[in-house]
This record gives sequence, C-alpha cells and structure tokens, in this order.
Amino acid sequence: MKEKIADLEEKARRLRVAIVKTLHKSQSGHTGGSLSAIDMVCALYFHKMRHNPADPAWEGRDRFVLSKGHAAPALYVALAECGYFPAEDLMMLRRLGSHLQGHPDSKGTPGVDVCTGSLGQGLSMANGMALGLKLDGKENRVYAVLGDGELQEGQVWEAAMAAAHYKSDNLCALIDSNGLQIDGDVSKVMNVSSISDKFRAFGWNVIDIDGHDMGQIIAALDQAEAHKGAPTAIVAKTVKGKGVHLFENKASYHGVTPNDDELPEALRCLGCCD
Amino acid sequence: MIATRDAYGEALAELGGENDKIVALDADLSGSTKTAVFAKKFPNRFFNMGIAEANMVGTAAGLAAVGKIPFLSTFAIFAAGRGWEQIRQSVAYPKANVKIVATHGGVTVGEDGGSHQSVEDVAIMRAIPNMTVIVPADGEETKGAIRAAAAYKGPVYVRLGRNKVPSVFPAGHKFEIGKGVVVVPGTDLTFITTGLMTAAAVTAAEKLKAEGISARVLHIGTVKPLDKELVLQAAQETGAIVTAEEHSVVGGLGGAVAEFLGETCPTLMKRVGIHDRFGTSGKSDELLKYFGLNAETLIEEAREIVSRKK
Ligand SMILES: Cc1ncc(C[n+]2csc(CCOP(=O)(O)OP(=O)(O)O)c2C)c(N)n1
Repeated sequence: MKEKIADLEEKARRLRVAIVKTLHKSQSGHTGGSLSAIDMVCALYFHKMRHNPADPAWEGRDRFVLSKGHAAPALYVALAECGYFPAEDLMMLRRLGSHLQGHPDSKGTPGVDVCTGSLGQGLSMANGMALGLKLDGKENRVYAVLGDGELQEGQVWEAAMAAAHYKSDNLCALIDSNGLQIDGDVSKVMNVSSISDKFRAFGWNVIDIDGHDMGQIIAALDQAEAHKGAPTAIVAKTVKGKGVHLFENKASYHGVTPNDDELPEALRCLGCCD
Repeated sequence: MIATRDAYGEALAELGGENDKIVALDADLSGSTKTAVFAKKFPNRFFNMGIAEANMVGTAAGLAAVGKIPFLSTFAIFAAGRGWEQIRQSVAYPKANVKIVATHGGVTVGEDGGSHQSVEDVAIMRAIPNMTVIVPADGEETKGAIRAAAAYKGPVYVRLGRNKVPSVFPAGHKFEIGKGVVVVPGTDLTFITTGLMTAAAVTAAEKLKAEGISARVLHIGTVKPLDKELVLQAAQETGAIVTAEEHSVVGGLGGAVAEFLGETCPTLMKRVGIHDRFGTSGKSDELLKYFGLNAETLIEEAREIVSRKK
C-alpha cells in the first residue's frame, strides 16, 4: 500500500508539471483550481476507477463528472496520461479546432462523458447516471468533483436531495474545498460552511479529509464504495494552486496562467516538492 | 377532441412497454403532465424529482449519458424557463438524447394567468443549436410526435397544451420530424400554422372558400427544423402568407417563416399570435378570443392580405 501511495504521489507531481506546462502554453485557462483538484483526479484515474482508455465507451467503466469544469486541465492531463489521446494534444488546449475545449466537452474528447463548465449542474448529471446504472443492475460507480464556491448554486442542493432520496449509493461527490473562488474567500463572498454538516443534513454519508494526502483520499474512496444506502460526499480540504508557492492560496491565480517568468520557478518548485 | 397532453400520457406509456430504455421524470406535476400514466405502469422507471426543474434537466442528461431515453415533463413555463440554461448546457450542447415534453404551453392554461402562460418557450428553444422543436396540432399528431421523438437520437422539445383541441389528423396519421403537411390546398394565400391554430385555419379556409378566396393551410408540426421546401413553395405559389400560433409573434413560427422568406423570397406576410405581451387570467376560450387566436382573425387577415396582393 505504501508503495502504491508513493507511486500515486509521484504521478500527481508529474500531472502538476503537465498542468503548469499546458497552461503556460495555452496562456488561457484556470491554474489554481486545477492544481487543487489534481490529487483527487489522480487517485480516481490511476487507482479507483474502472475504465479502459483503449475503449472510452466501455460499458463496464465507472463514470466521472468534473462539475467544476474550469479545472479541465486537471482532467485533460490525467486522460492524456492514461492514453485516451496523445500528450501532444495538451498543447492545443483552448485552440481553434482543438478537441480540448476550454471546458469539458463530451462531443470531442475521448473519455469525457458529459459537458460541464456552467457551475452547479454536474451533480445532477452524475446522479442521473447513477440512477440509470442502478436501473440496469450495474455495479459501476459515478464520481463527481465539485468546487466549494460552486456549492452556492441552488441546483447542487436539489441534486443532493434527490441523490439521497433515491439512495444513490453508487454516487460519490468529492468537494474540492480550497476556500477560494474568483472574488476571494468563499466564506466572505457567500459562506457555505459547514459543507460537511450540510451534506449530512441532506442524508449523505460524509467523510472529511485532507485533499492532498493520497493515503486519506484512497481510504475515503474505499469507504465511500463500502457505504450502502446513501451517496457519499468526500469533503476535501485543499489548497488552491497547491504545489507551486507562487500560486498557492491566491484567488488572483484562479483564471490566470503561468507567464514566462514564472514558469521556471513553478517547474523547479514541482521538481523539489517530491 | 382530446388534449395533446392526454395523448402524450397514452403514447409514453405505450412506448414504455416497447422500449425499456425509456424513463420519465417529472417535477411534482405528473398528474397534469400525464407522466403519471407511465409512472403507474413502470414505477421503477419513473423519477419524481420534486419541485426542482433545473436538477430534473441535469438528471435527465445523466440518464441519457448512460443510454436511457429520458422524457421529462413539467409546464412549459418551468421547463423552458427555469431549465433554459440547463437545457442549453447539459442537453443541447452535448446533443444528449433527452426529450423535453412541456405541457400547458400558451395562453390556454387559462385562469392561472400570465405567470403560467408560456408565450415565449418556442422562441427560447428554437434559439438553441441542436434543438428540435415540435408543436403538434392535435392528439393524433402528438402520438406520432412522441413516437418520432423517441426514435430520434438527440434533444427534442415538444410543446403541448392543457385543453382538449379539435382533431385535424385522422387516426394513424404518420408524423415525420421536419415535414410540414398541406392540410387544405389553395392558391390565393397560405396559412402557415402550428399547434391548435391549424384547426382554426382549416375553419377559416372553409369560410373563405364561400367568399371566393382559396386559402391553403400548411401545418408546421416541427417549428425547427422548418420545412423550407413547403414554405418556399407556398410563398411562390400563393404570394401571401399568414402565420398563426398560440405564442408570441416574436421568435416563434411567424418569426421562423419571416426570417427564412426574408432572405429567400420576400413575400407579403402577416403574423397572427400574441403581440409582444404577457398573458392574463381568463377562461381559455375567452383568452383565445381576447388575443385574436381564432378563425375570425385569420379570415380578416386573409382578406386584407389578398386585397394587398392586387
Ligand atoms: C453558473 C456559473 N456561474 C459562474 C461561472 C464563472 N466561474 C467560473 S469558476 C468560478 C468560481 C468557482 O469557484 P469554486 O467552485 O470554489 O472553484 P475552485 O476554487 O475550486 O476553482 C466562477 C464563478 C460559471 N462557470 N458558471
């Protein structure tokens, strides 16, 4: 297990490097929220989820919804690393004619099942998939990653209510709780705390973790899978911009990409942060 | 006479027996939208989502993403209104196989008043890329439309009404997405109509005949994609068009026909519908009269446009 965790940590480090390089190249996209979510995305794609990059539409796959769609780079680097498409494609992020749209688009990108980017809608779609898979008597699970600012959207709570009502225990929501949104602290813009208490009150199984501790992420995903009768919310405390001190905990790096001056320092930092 | 929503309930329940991929969702109006008929027959394939329309749209998109054919229903005002952005992002943008069957469209909702009378939903849905928009004339066409929607792969918006409407089509009438139907032949002008206004146009055409005016009735069941061929033919052959719909003249069928003919074959035109205003409380037959949505208005407009032709 220790070895597995070390492997995943190394993978996450490399994915962080890929995110920084991709965003530097595109000079457009979201840095902070991609770096805060990447450990969870990494644990899902390289440890937890059943999926088959050679056959993106494989029936037996678990499903993934990046509800906070602006963190698309975190998803794209993971998909590329899995082999859903060549890593070179990452350099075309957000370019005209590229299949890597600014926000996840199921029409063009292998491995992407639903369109996201308009915040607050992903959990509804994830629960719809969970309901459909259950109807077919399938064991497949559905994972959705949401932002904490995103929880301000009322539709999230409509979905939370419905998932608990229909006992969607094949559904797991991971909340990337980095405490920041565009205009600043989530607590100051529109306080959503306590996230855990809210999900619990809606009838969910709730697990609180450090979203950058690979051991905790994996343990939580295992617990979620074992829990029957209710969906699980993993409320992950994270750091926006995690891994690059230049970007850490800075709301100003939400939708800003690394510039030429920052790139060497960012990469050096990721090399040292092993 | 049968309400299009009743025909929907029957058709959906029937289809449910033929295809177990079909699921239905409702937002606490299943008795009114008639999805309750399906729910009774297939309880495990029916999801009442409560009064939460946005979530209902997203859930349907998720169900479609795992291979289901979801039909979701609520009143038109809440489907196209509350769910607009979810429909755009989660349904139309990915071309998700979701069928939105909105009931209680138009002013014939009646006494509930302007807040509940959706007079702009067709325009809203028509503006969304990838969306197919169907407004059946009667119960028979509704059954065909629901069947066609289920067979079609992609997003569809079907707009139905609350009340019983006169029959236009015979039993077994085959509905084809994107195909208009010439219900009455004619040479002096063409009524291009949709929904319950087609029956009014048939009545108007009969009365005009006695006056020596030959009116064609072209029923457009699919507002989008528009049957351009039949519309162009009508413009070229009759030289005068009167559109009619239980909807705003802005952005609905009248708008669609005007946009198309304006660029291809500028033609004398009149648009009968609701002229940029909200609905109001009243009995549905009173409201149809109040807004001029009847054969009388069509006759007046026909006379006027034919006189202008000369
Ligand atoms: C419905 C909607 N409103 C606004 C936006 C613009 N927007 C993009 S990201 C963002 C902030 C998201 O904050 P959070 O969910 O906390 O994400 P994170 O901090 O993890 O990046 C906003 C407001 C959007 N994408 N969708």
